[in-house]
Amino acid sequence: MNYIYFDNAATTKLDDKVLEEMLPYLKENYGNASAIYKLGKASHIKVEEARERIANIFNAKKDEIYFTAGASESDNLAIKGIAYANKSKGKHIITSKIEHPAVLETCKELEKEGYEVTYLNVDSNGLVSTDELKKEIREDTILITIMYANNEIGTIEPIKEIGAIAKENNIIFHTDATQAVGTIKIDVEDLNIDSMSLSAHKFYGPKGIGALYMRKGVRFNPIINGGHQEKGKRAGTLNTPGIIGMAKALELSYEDLEEKNKKIKELRDYYFEKVKEKIPYIKINGDLEKRLVGNANISFRFIEGEGLLLNLDNKGICASSGSACTSGSLDPSHVLLAIGLPHEIAHGSLRISIGKYNTKEEVDYLIENLVEIVERLRNMSPLYEDFIKEEK
Amino acid sequence: MDYSDKVIDHYTNPRNVGEIENASGIGTVGNPVCGDIMKIYLKIENGVITDVKFKTFGCGAAIASSSISTELIKGQTVEKALELKNGDVVEQLDGLPPVKMHCSLLAEQAIHEAIADYYRKEGKLTEEEIIEKCKLKNNHNACPHQIDSL
Repeated sequence: MNYIYFDNAATTKLDDKVLEEMLPYLKENYGNASAIYKLGKASHIKVEEARERIANIFNAKKDEIYFTAGASESDNLAIKGIAYANKSKGKHIITSKIEHPAVLETCKELEKEGYEVTYLNVDSNGLVSTDELKKEIREDTILITIMYANNEIGTIEPIKEIGAIAKENNIIFHTDATQAVGTIKIDVEDLNIDSMSLSAHKFYGPKGIGALYMRKGVRFNPIINGGHQEKGKRAGTLNTPGIIGMAKALELSYEDLEEKNKKIKELRDYYFEKVKEKIPYIKINGDLEKRLVGNANISFRFIEGEGLLLNLDNKGICASSGSACTSGSLDPSHVLLAIGLPHEIAHGSLRISIGKYNTKEEVDYLIENLVEIVERLRNMSPLYEDFIKEEK
Repeated sequence: MDYSDKVIDHYTNPRNVGEIENASGIGTVGNPVCGDIMKIYLKIENGVITDVKFKTFGCGAAIASSSISTELIKGQTVEKALELKNGDVVEQLDGLPPVKMHCSLLAEQAIHEAIADYYRKEGKLTEEEIIEKCKLKNNHNACPHQIDSL
């Protein structure tokens, strides 16, 4: 089957140019980067070169980049690592209600260990209030962790303002930038970011490799113990092909960034326009301006998201939903509930995430099928039936 | 979601979708908070279900459970339809993922509610008898945070 892929916020297709750079390190150059002989040294050189390439993109220093297995590990390492190493200063952390589970669940674990966590509210567009943040800062606040951009609704948080507030109060600032890296230019100095998580497979790189930027001087403990790799902060043999692939993918992402973003945004706005024109009773979720270019999250009233996804899948279309049925729990997405959507409207959400390989023809195909599927599911919905009767 | 071919077939081409005008009995269970609502319409003549239609707001498993249940009770006597268990629905669908079991229970309960509605309209049985016969006291527990908003 030919897939029409609109789930680029979940993962992306590996870029052929990235694979090309990785291949020699999956085949003949298999040496352990920590080994002393020439075969290992060759890997070591490439890994350190990649570290520098990655640091340069974010205006960071080479020795501020730590390699991990992905953003979930980076979030765990940053939050737990900072919390453990700084507990003599305090045990209070501030985060938001719409973070990725890798942040939320890590914070919940720390609460069990005696840390206190404040979960900031967001407004109906998913934006954190910097005034509320200022009010929640305490003497014992050691860490602020707020995502750069939300994975479900695409809202971009006021990172620069948050960074300034953190700096002013001498609090460490971590951001989960998983969704932002590759589509937004990030300068850690300008934004006062002390710690930042990223994952290669979100920007056309390989899966299973990520990084944590950690500003020099920030104290943090390792969470994976073992060998001396990554200055003792992250044990485990370095993923040489992954690291090389991540560096390449990152560089490619920031080449012609504005041009690519413009094209993606045009497709996204076209999708919004067409859906608004052709399908009644919808709600666009998230901020329309402060938004990732590829993200389109829409709630279709009176229908449930899983039914929508399954029918799209029958047409070869890959997308995502915040319904309970797809989250594997009984509640719909915590993000959609946090922006104030009632349960039944949150259940009917559809997230389309557009990437660099998508075309206008694909968006047209999606809309054509969506119109038909939404109509069919609504005709099957007792909620729609009641609504129409009330309208009459 | 790991759905059987039978489930996929039923949510892709659901049978008996719709409403019945002047239905003999209508049953609605579930609520929008949980993300599942099932509504069953029955036409009953001389104690036999001659027609059945459904409307469902819910996931693939909920739609498939409703669809196959309508097929299973169509042409059956009311007594026979009351014997339909959620386990039968699951079996007929070649299984459901564990997190989706409550969908089959909703189908069973929607049928029981529709038959209870029929008995009430018929007026021959007391409310206690209807509750007993249709096992209504066990109903409305398929959704773990059931709020009787309907």
